Amino acid sequence: MLEVKHLSAYYGDQPVLHDISFSVQSGEWLMITGPNGAGKSTLMQALLQGVPHTGDVLLDGQPIQALKPRERARRMGLLAQGYAAGYDFTVEEIVRLGRYAYHDALSGFSAQDEAAVEQALAATGTLRLRRSPISQVSGGEAQRAFLAQLFAQNPKLLLLDEPSAHLDLSYQKQIFELIQIWLRHEGRAVTSVVHDLSIARRFGTRVILLDHGRIAADAPPPRALTPALLQEVYGMDVAGWMRIMYDNWAE
Amino acid sequence: MKKEGFHFIAYLGFIAALLLTLTLCVCAGSVALPLRETLQILWRALTGVPQQGARAAIILTVRLPRVLCVALSGAALALCGGVMQGLLRNPLADGSTLGVSAGASLGAILAIALGISIPILNFASTMVMAIIGAMASLAIILTLAYRLDRSFATHTIILIGIIFSMFVSGILSLIIAFSGEKLRTITYWTMGSLQGSTYLNALTLLITLLIFGTIMLLHARELNAFAVGEANARSIGVNVRRVKLLMLICASVLIGVCVSIGGTISFVGLVTPHILRLLTGPNHKKLLPATVFGGAVFLLLSDLAARTLLSPIELPIGVVTSLIGAVVFTVILLRSRKGDMHA
Repeated sequence: MLEVKHLSAYYGDQPVLHDISFSVQSGEWLMITGPNGAGKSTLMQALLQGVPHTGDVLLDGQPIQALKPRERARRMGLLAQGYAAGYDFTVEEIVRLGRYAYHDALSGFSAQDEAAVEQALAATGTLRLRRSPISQVSGGEAQRAFLAQLFAQNPKLLLLDEPSAHLDLSYQKQIFELIQIWLRHEGRAVTSVVHDLSIARRFGTRVILLDHGRIAADAPPPRALTPALLQEVYGMDVAGWMRIMYDNWAE
Repeated sequence: MKKEGFHFIAYLGFIAALLLTLTLCVCAGSVALPLRETLQILWRALTGVPQQGARAAIILTVRLPRVLCVALSGAALALCGGVMQGLLRNPLADGSTLGVSAGASLGAILAIALGISIPILNFASTMVMAIIGAMASLAIILTLAYRLDRSFATHTIILIGIIFSMFVSGILSLIIAFSGEKLRTITYWTMGSLQGSTYLNALTLLITLLIFGTIMLLHARELNAFAVGEANARSIGVNVRRVKLLMLICASVLIGVCVSIGGTISFVGLVTPHILRLLTGPNHKKLLPATVFGGAVFLLLSDLAARTLLSPIELPIGVVTSLIGAVVFTVILLRSRKGDMHA
């Protein structure tokens, strides 16, 4: 579905990603993790052509630059961390924007577009919020509204950049479970950047561990997140620290 | 199917309000003309009946072209403001944020101060120079922005626009300091005035507004996406770079033409979309058409005030828009914030 070959990205002259290659197959949930500054978010932006880069990104075998933005949006969409809308759009207006790639300025919304919006609102539990201005819903509800927009967009590949950053635990759980349900349909895949290694283990089918812009591991979670590798990448005994944290809940 | 734009009836309402204001502005002035006679004169002019007399002359050669130019400039400036505020996701943006207004002024003032005349187009030298100034400014700003960061990031464009405006104001002050006997013309012009507008001016404004305004109105969905956020716009499939460049070019041309005809008229572009957003919400499918009519009505009333408040002395319209605009804007802000607090 997604193939990345020898991708390098730069901020000015500063290299952020070095020669990254990986692929994502249908049904997979690829978790990209690593310490701050490892290049996770840059990788996401490079996939969406938002930062200058070299190397190839292929979507369904086609170079992504060759795809028109709308065509790309029908295949791949992004949920970023904590979107804050610049103006006070309603939840429904934000979700409707998800259908942008399916019609032009003159054709207007089709019955199919309307149905996709309704389904997305229902799937994310935001139906009752549809007329609420986005500034008046909680952070978790706003993030669900943007997830609804992404569902309405109906791409085959979801890119998630820290989708639950700043959300409390119940919203974190909601967001990841909603995505898990979405992934059950055939021909879909998810690639997400996460900080929380427990979430990477729990929901990921594969993990890429990034370290200073290079891939330190690309394997199923138990093999990618080994104590030795984590020690090397994070410079601390991650597994030991996690154990201490979870032991606090044992009593 | 649900429609996001205004209903047909709302447009009829807008047109009625605009026509009413237009008529009022044609009737009122240093010489007040009765409504009935004004309408008769206008009707005869429309149907091609030849007319004589001082009143017909006042209406047809002085007031009507001016009022048309005022309405069209107001519509264009407000529309540009609405577009810039959405595109740059910044409620404080308007045409002047880009530095294009300043560039257009520089072009026009150079034409006045140096007496530049352009062959063939010498009747419209100031206008042509203002448009050249606007386009050159946009080219400079975009080139600099591109050199700084290749993705044309919004904050880079705003920053360079502001620096460029300041630089140009410096040059303008320099020209004014050395302008000698042309000082009065230049100063008056920088404060904005649509006195002495012609039908040719109105036609130029109309054609520019029809072409570039339509392009802007057709991009309401993209502007909604930009107003939500640029990263989100990119994700849903908006061609972020192309739309941004297109909207900036359209706004520059419109502002260039407006400045070339009426000088720098501030505040219309900032205040009109702001006030109307409180009524229509942020959706550009409603906001942009509303700003076209709202801007026209706002500037017509400001021009009327400029002509009548201290009659027979006429105030520069830019002074009136700034004075009225600032007060009205503050009152509305205070009220809406209070409303928020009680809500």
